[in-house]
Amino acid sequence: MTTADLAAAAPTDRAEHHYELLRQMLRIRRFEERCVQLYSATKIRGFLHLYIGEEAVAAGAMAALTPADAIVSTYREHGHALARGIAMHSVMAEMYGKATGCSRGRGGSMHLFDAATRFYGGNAIVGGGLPLAVGLALADQMADRPVVTACFFGDGAVAEGEFHECLNLAALWHLPVLFCCENNLYAMGTRIDRAHAVTNLAARAAAYGLSAVDVDGMDVLAVETQTRAAAEFVRAGHGPYFLEFRTYRYRAHSMYDPDRYREKAEIAQWQQHDPIDALVRRMRGDAELDDDALARLDAEIAAEIDAAVQAAEEAPLEPIEDLTRFVYAESRSHDG
Amino acid sequence: MADTTYREAIREAIREAMRRDERVFLMGEDVGPYGGAFGVSLGLLEEFGPERIRDTPLSESAFVGAGIGAALGGMRPIVEVMTVNFSLLALDQIINNAATLLHMSGGQFAVPLVIRMTTGAGRQLAAQHSHSLEGWYAHIPGLRILAPATVADARGMLWPALRCPDPVLIFEYGGLYNASGELDGGAAVDIDTAAVRRPGSDVTIIGYGGTLSTSLTAADRLADDGIDAEVVDLRTLRPLDDATLLDSVRRTHRAVIVDEGWRSGSLSAEISARITEQAFYDLDAPVARVCSAEVPIPYARHMEQAALPQPAGVVAAVRAALGRSDG
Ligand SMILES: Cc1ncc(C[n+]2csc(CCOP(=O)(O)OP(=O)(O)O)c2C)c(N)n1
Ligand SMILES: [Mg+2]
Repeated sequence: MTTADLAAAAPTDRAEHHYELLRQMLRIRRFEERCVQLYSATKIRGFLHLYIGEEAVAAGAMAALTPADAIVSTYREHGHALARGIAMHSVMAEMYGKATGCSRGRGGSMHLFDAATRFYGGNAIVGGGLPLAVGLALADQMADRPVVTACFFGDGAVAEGEFHECLNLAALWHLPVLFCCENNLYAMGTRIDRAHAVTNLAARAAAYGLSAVDVDGMDVLAVETQTRAAAEFVRAGHGPYFLEFRTYRYRAHSMYDPDRYREKAEIAQWQQHDPIDALVRRMRGDAELDDDALARLDAEIAAEIDAAVQAAEEAPLEPIEDLTRFVYAESRSHDG
Repeated sequence: MADTTYREAIREAIREAMRRDERVFLMGEDVGPYGGAFGVSLGLLEEFGPERIRDTPLSESAFVGAGIGAALGGMRPIVEVMTVNFSLLALDQIINNAATLLHMSGGQFAVPLVIRMTTGAGRQLAAQHSHSLEGWYAHIPGLRILAPATVADARGMLWPALRCPDPVLIFEYGGLYNASGELDGGAAVDIDTAAVRRPGSDVTIIGYGGTLSTSLTAADRLADDGIDAEVVDLRTLRPLDDATLLDSVRRTHRAVIVDEGWRSGSLSAEISARITEQAFYDLDAPVARVCSAEVPIPYARHMEQAALPQPAGVVAAVRAALGRSDG
């Protein structure tokens, strides 16, 4: 749907659309809540970065993209992966380190990849995905494809040199990149005003010549609308666009983080603006959702998660003999 | 003598250095209120304040380079980089500036800087958080590379590193932060020599950092089999202490090198070359190496463990060197 289609949509279509956004946000939240339990049970290991609180960004932004578009993400990417359409069971299997995982057990939580949905990975080097996104967009531009590359990264990444190099390059070459900055106010324990002399990140992107706006990242409809408009702009060949989503993570940076650097009251304050609660309230108000429908949705999601966990439990491990596979391509001829 | 963890030992070393020399300060990502990604600097902010326990943005190239500049300007910075993988964003500053300035300036500008970072795998953090690139840094003239494997070295290496006019990189092995050991006061240790951690006569096992414990475990198992292994801890990866290594190999006539880095073009290759160059006629067997599999470190536990040097692999290499095949 284009922005115009969406505005003109019949009420039933609109209700269905809202329901789908709600479904995606709830899938992400419940999936991650289960991940926390599985982490405590040592089924999932390594670093686990939760997206809880930020679901509106992934759900809203992905709804505005097409299957041909490309996604580049970070280590906090479960939400992006699920909303993009990577099957939940293959994400869960990856967290289990199983052969059926979307990265065949080699990546884990921070490195989800999926060629079918053009999901070019969770990248665990802060800022490391931006140059990739610029290059993907360069390829699209050179091949004259009307495709957008959406690149997700945090407020912390804005301090890295790669951020500045990439924004300049993308602007200079008019590349079709949608820079999606998830400003959750913290980079690990460092609050944005302790890391950035200018905390208005959209303003900084604008200084490089990009079209840039900030968006209420707790409002999934605002996220979707703004992303849709930005993607249309980029797709039309007007060059890159920068979206600063103002959002917040409720949980610690990772499971290793004791979360000593902020007040509980601050978290509670943001929870007042919870994106899921807000959409539910709105849909109820517009008679788009009732208790039964919500209960059905909860049950459906719980079943999807149970099935993903069970499949991951039962899945085989990658054989040790295959340890050194995929260090090099298995065929020398890439074009087959 | 008190039991201390590796983490606490490093923290105490920083604390002592900051008390002794007011030019010393610590900077890096989340070293302040957060206490460092691995909790090393926890509590130091309270004692020394935010000027000297200085949080930086995520700007590795800028703050490592600023450490070089501050060292030129008369300070004695300790720069913390969370992990060696992230130090690659600062590689230009480390290699093109820190390592070269003294020489390029004809001896005028020394860089008395310490850079600390975590290295090593084993925690299921996957490829972008698990690599052991210290051997790579050990390729670079102008850098001094230290790898504390014991609590005493974690405690004692920092002060002499800060006193040294050259840039010193200290590689803390991530799997050791919770390891504890006895600490006899806070004596500075030398940062130039390797150490024999276990005397023996049949074979020399050479490890450092995380592979010291792998080597010692292997030596214990070999002892059950009547094989008396000597274990040498490199401690300093550059410049290498050839004398200690060669002295040991000349006595045992066999060497097995254990390195979590990859084999090709590695520190283990360098050590092997030095042994064969200088002690070839003392050897009773080819120098053997137990290294990480040549693969980016994978997440899944079974694959990660298979990729890393294990005591069983060291035992097998030693037995092969002694001509005792298993079976
Ligand atoms: C180059 C680099 N430096 C440091 C780290 C360690 N680290 C991982 S996430 C993170 C915070 C990033 O914050 P932000 O970009 O705001 O993303 P968020 O975690 O808030 O989603 C840090 C410091 C890293 N992974 N890569
Ligand atoms: Mg952030």
